[in-house]
Amino acid sequence: MLRFIVRRLLQLIPILLGLSVLLFAWLRALPGGPAQAALGERATPDDIARYNETFGLDQPVLVQYGKFLGRALQLDFGTSSRTGQAVTTEFLERFPGTLELTVFAMVFAIGVGIPVGYLAARRHGSWIDSSSVIGSLLGVAIPVFFLAYLLRLLFAVQLGWLPGSGRQDVRIDATHITNFFVLDGLLTREFDAAWDALLHLVLPGIALGTIPLAIIVRITRASVLDVVNEDYVRTANAKGLATATVRRRHIIRNALLPVSTTIGLQTGLLLSGAVLTETVFAFGGVGSALRDAIANRDYALLQGFILILAVVYVLVNLLVDISYGLLDPRVRVR
Amino acid sequence: MSSRIGGGAEPMSAALGSTRRDKIDELAARAGQVPEGGGGVSLARSAFRRLRRNPVAILGAVIVVAFLLVAALAPSLAPRDPLEQALLSEVRQGSIPGSRDGFPLGVDQLGRDVLSRLIYGSRQSLLIGVVSTVLGAVVGMALGVLAGAFGGWVDTVVMRFVDILLSIPGLLMAISISVLLGQNQYALMIAIAVTQVPVFARLLRGSMLSQRDSDYALAAKALGVKRSRIVLGHVLPNSLSPVIVQATLSLATAIIEAAALSFLGLGDPDISRPEWGAMLSSAQAVLSFAPQLAVYPALCIIVVALGFTLLGESLREALDPKFRR
Repeated sequence: MLRFIVRRLLQLIPILLGLSVLLFAWLRALPGGPAQAALGERATPDDIARYNETFGLDQPVLVQYGKFLGRALQLDFGTSSRTGQAVTTEFLERFPGTLELTVFAMVFAIGVGIPVGYLAARRHGSWIDSSSVIGSLLGVAIPVFFLAYLLRLLFAVQLGWLPGSGRQDVRIDATHITNFFVLDGLLTREFDAAWDALLHLVLPGIALGTIPLAIIVRITRASVLDVVNEDYVRTANAKGLATATVRRRHIIRNALLPVSTTIGLQTGLLLSGAVLTETVFAFGGVGSALRDAIANRDYALLQGFILILAVVYVLVNLLVDISYGLLDPRVRVR
Repeated sequence: MSSRIGGGAEPMSAALGSTRRDKIDELAARAGQVPEGGGGVSLARSAFRRLRRNPVAILGAVIVVAFLLVAALAPSLAPRDPLEQALLSEVRQGSIPGSRDGFPLGVDQLGRDVLSRLIYGSRQSLLIGVVSTVLGAVVGMALGVLAGAFGGWVDTVVMRFVDILLSIPGLLMAISISVLLGQNQYALMIAIAVTQVPVFARLLRGSMLSQRDSDYALAAKALGVKRSRIVLGHVLPNSLSPVIVQATLSLATAIIEAAALSFLGLGDPDISRPEWGAMLSSAQAVLSFAPQLAVYPALCIIVVALGFTLLGESLREALDPKFRR
């Protein structure tokens, strides 16, 4: 197992190097180049020349790349041209929010998706089955931000049941230790604040969780359908095991293997894909920052965030791989 | 995952996204399986036969054909000029004229006929979808053929590159490219195309690998057919079915992704071309009192995306030898 993990970790290196080359090239290919990116659009040619000299941008490309890599390894991605803060600081401030949102969305998607998918497969051909298939197709076809707007319009603006923007009511003066607002509330025993932060997660969480929900329903359904026809299920039934035992130990356990992969994969995507949902709900996480960076051409922030998010995505995928190796011993043998 | 039949020729698969990659490889490998007892019916014909019997496929096909017809016949179908600000004088702050004679779906915040804009918008969505998918598929397939045909270090280099592309989540990649290329419809298409490239490359490569060792390829080799001909004339055509399926599905993704980029302000800034994604994003400003302006284009996007998805999924089933009867 250890060897499996070490090998996986080693295989990360070329991918990360490749990523850094791509993003290095990206910043250089931008109109105005990295100096413009760092100084903003109103920089004068003088400023740019001075910047180029200070940061060694007049040196050969390879040297520049080496320096870029060195800084990236120290998590130094420059400063945001909009807020003037270090990109890394900005990221650390905002990432907890996105993480909270992702966890909420995945809990929603898994909590609803697996039971529905299982039920659909058990009642194959029934109305539950067909509506789950239609629903899961629809879930993928709806533009996320449209769904987010609908939810917000209906439940926040019209009905007023749930908050429709931000991470916490501005009137709540909560102390933040970790920047995970829900967790902060619990830690400081300000339960009102925690509850409020949790309510703020509901609508964006549901919007964000819809695509994973649709996919999880589909995969669970297909996978359960596959497993119930396996020989070992028939054997288990034939030797007289209780139906509940067969379901729990033979069907669900095996059927959830492919689902676990999907869950991991989707979690990775959500962490990076919350741009649309966060924008609609003005959530203040990584996604909203990306959207602001696009609008303001804040290249340093874009580059830094995209690189960090890609690394997060890669790492989450690695975790998925490893956990898959834990769950299914056949994978390790490869 | 036991189905590592064809794609497993790669000894060291990198850690990243191997799950997403496995999925692609699995599809590729499955297409390579030899159907049992083909009964002398070509795959295409038997696939078509099954498609015809499948109501889901028919629904998908009807939607897609209707969409194509609307796009093709837009000028004669649209009741008005989509750019004419016919009812601008009646648009007030907080109120936009709804449906009435001559304007069945009402007008937008600039007084333009919504129905006509939707009809014309289909052209732009179709164009973006088709161009980006074709572009992504062609580049991806070229990479896939290169890797699948040459193997060895070419394969390694190409596939590492593809893995790196796959390691950037699609939307982030599209955003980076849009920002780089500036705001115009070509940038939009290229951005979406690039997100499709790695999928096609991996799919075709896997599919070709599973075909490369087949009996007919071996026979052709034994007969002394040139390698380029074996690859292009024998292996490639037989490896295409997962690519066709993927292309159909990609059209749906491309249309949704174009809408997302429009929403993020990276869409086509040319207002002389109505586009569903742009209509949807501009409707957000008036959502609280004129939600219909967002609902119509969203419905169009959903229905068309659904149509391509249904068609693609049924095509996959129809082409899958596992289901072949």
